[in-house]
Amino acid sequence: MIEIAPFTGYVYPNETIIPWSVMIVIYPYLTGLVAGAFTVSSFYHVFGMQRFKPVARLALLTSLSVMLFVPTPLLLHLGHPERAMNSMLTPHLTSAFAMFGFFAAFYTVLLVMEVWFVFRADNVARALSSTGLKRFFYRAVTLWSDDLSPRARAIDANWLLTLAIVGIPSAHGLHGYIGFVYGSLKARMWWESDLMPVIFLFSAIVSGMALLMVLYVVTCRWRRVEIDQACLKGMMAALWGFLMFTVVLEGLEFANMVYKGKEGIDVIMEYVKGPLFIRYFVLQFGLGAIVPILTMSIMMARGTKGRALVIGSTFCALLVLMNVLLMRWNVVIGGQEISKTGKGILTYVLPFWGRESFVSAAALTLAPMGLLWILTRLFPPWVERPLAR
Amino acid sequence: MKTEDNKTGRRNFLRTSGAALAGLGAVVGGTLLGEAVAGTDKGNNPESSSPVPGYDWKKHRWAYGIDATKCIGCLRCVKACKEENDVARDANHFRTWVERYVYLEGEEKPLVDSQADPQNIAAAGTEADYRFDNRYKDKKVTKSFFIPKMCNHCEHPACVQVCPVGATFKSEDGVVLIDHEYCIGCRYCIQACPYGARLFIEDMGVSDKCTWCYHRITKGLQPACVEVCPTHTRVFGDLNDASSPVSKFIRENRVQVLKPESGNAPMCFYVGLDKDVS
Repeated sequence: MIEIAPFTGYVYPNETIIPWSVMIVIYPYLTGLVAGAFTVSSFYHVFGMQRFKPVARLALLTSLSVMLFVPTPLLLHLGHPERAMNSMLTPHLTSAFAMFGFFAAFYTVLLVMEVWFVFRADNVARALSSTGLKRFFYRAVTLWSDDLSPRARAIDANWLLTLAIVGIPSAHGLHGYIGFVYGSLKARMWWESDLMPVIFLFSAIVSGMALLMVLYVVTCRWRRVEIDQACLKGMMAALWGFLMFTVVLEGLEFANMVYKGKEGIDVIMEYVKGPLFIRYFVLQFGLGAIVPILTMSIMMARGTKGRALVIGSTFCALLVLMNVLLMRWNVVIGGQEISKTGKGILTYVLPFWGRESFVSAAALTLAPMGLLWILTRLFPPWVERPLAR
Repeated sequence: MKTEDNKTGRRNFLRTSGAALAGLGAVVGGTLLGEAVAGTDKGNNPESSSPVPGYDWKKHRWAYGIDATKCIGCLRCVKACKEENDVARDANHFRTWVERYVYLEGEEKPLVDSQADPQNIAAAGTEADYRFDNRYKDKKVTKSFFIPKMCNHCEHPACVQVCPVGATFKSEDGVVLIDHEYCIGCRYCIQACPYGARLFIEDMGVSDKCTWCYHRITKGLQPACVEVCPTHTRVFGDLNDASSPVSKFIRENRVQVLKPESGNAPMCFYVGLDKDVS
């Protein structure tokens, strides 16, 4: 079914079918979560920040779970998903999108390798202590190697460090690159900005951190394990810093656009003051950024701890997750709701049901959490367990 | 814990897999290389490089002219295009369209609409027919004009730049085409076109656009829209031929292009644009 976008003013006739749907909102959102979760894991694995140890392995599994779903919104969106591999078989090198397949594949392999090394010792122990099918599974996962000698562990550590060091630019490069896809598109004033890749990158880090905070709190509650306050506080401080930076960048980008006042700014102002006001100023900036920044500032200033810290920081993290999702929506959908004529505004209609709909988008956003649940059952990332590294 | 056996076994496994992968690589690489070489051979032979038998695309450089001062908004071009190219007969898929700019007394900004405007569709009675309604009959109009629009077949097309698989390309004779058999339907090209000239065919899952009626021009015919234009608003021809209508049009007029700041360098040249046309 074709969704026709209602419009006001004058829009080009072909614009009444919005090309990029909610799937292209979900796609950068998922990629961002990958990059952000990887950042959290790097705090411990690369920078050796001990306070992040309780979430480091969970962060890595989260990053992998989400990454495996990153191509799905794209495949659902493509008119010919069966031809998707053409972009890797015959990449058209002038396209900002031609390299996505390679970057994504490279990063996925890197993540799988890193997970393999991080969980290797645990898996070997599990293989040795189990029997039957379970033993076969873990032996297969360890590639039939059970060497845990100090020399082998030293090799593991070296690999891990190398992978994590390569992983940071890869994860961030992947996401900055997605920002470039939008920022380099000169046909849309709302997207065309040199700051776009940086904004995408920082909002990605912010979203991944927020997700990890929520996941950490939820999993601790679920497992009836005491929450490591230092770890949570550390994540909150990092979230605060990165969020502050992201908001400043987004504010600067908007200020730049308004101040320059190029042709077409009239319709942009009409758009932000009208249809975008609630979801941009009130929800994204106000509720999604200012409220958590203020709340976290107060909590940090007062040295809040215990239950209040847990509730407060989880609340802020949830708001930030909403903020970044709205940011993706406001960029991707917002850009397309402003007509290229500079004389009209369209309204994207989100179908409730269908291939590119609310239901499929929600399912794709939640599906990585299902995979994460399975992965945490197979490869428990919890540090309190005796099997932990 | 580690045994020589499993070490050797793993090494053998890696060696075998490596050899298998290398073999596969050689086959795929060889095939691709073969095709690439074959492609180069084709490129050296103009007759075989052209997608149309008997037509040498290296000998032409097509361009389009639009004298907007002559357009009467009859929309025959739109109808002809839809019929000739089997474009969906609805209000959301057009390879060409016509815009109407009307300045009312006392107002600085024009009122703009096209044949796809709901009021015009209501006047036509169906989305498959095209007309401009008479909504300004009781108003004081100070200035009004029509602007036909279509793909500009740009010299530096942003749509071609962004296509991740090269399904859309600029042919040797300057026409920007789409290989529907290769397009993956990502719609990046639709985003990149500043003119809104690209559309998406939902049933086929591919992008589409004006081809200047490539199937006609390669046989020496005019594009359908040019053929049916009763006022000679639309002209088409070969820039390599100084006597062609478009060469004459560009030579004899001070022509402009749409959105020159985009850097796309359109090959549709206009006479009679206005500051408010975007």
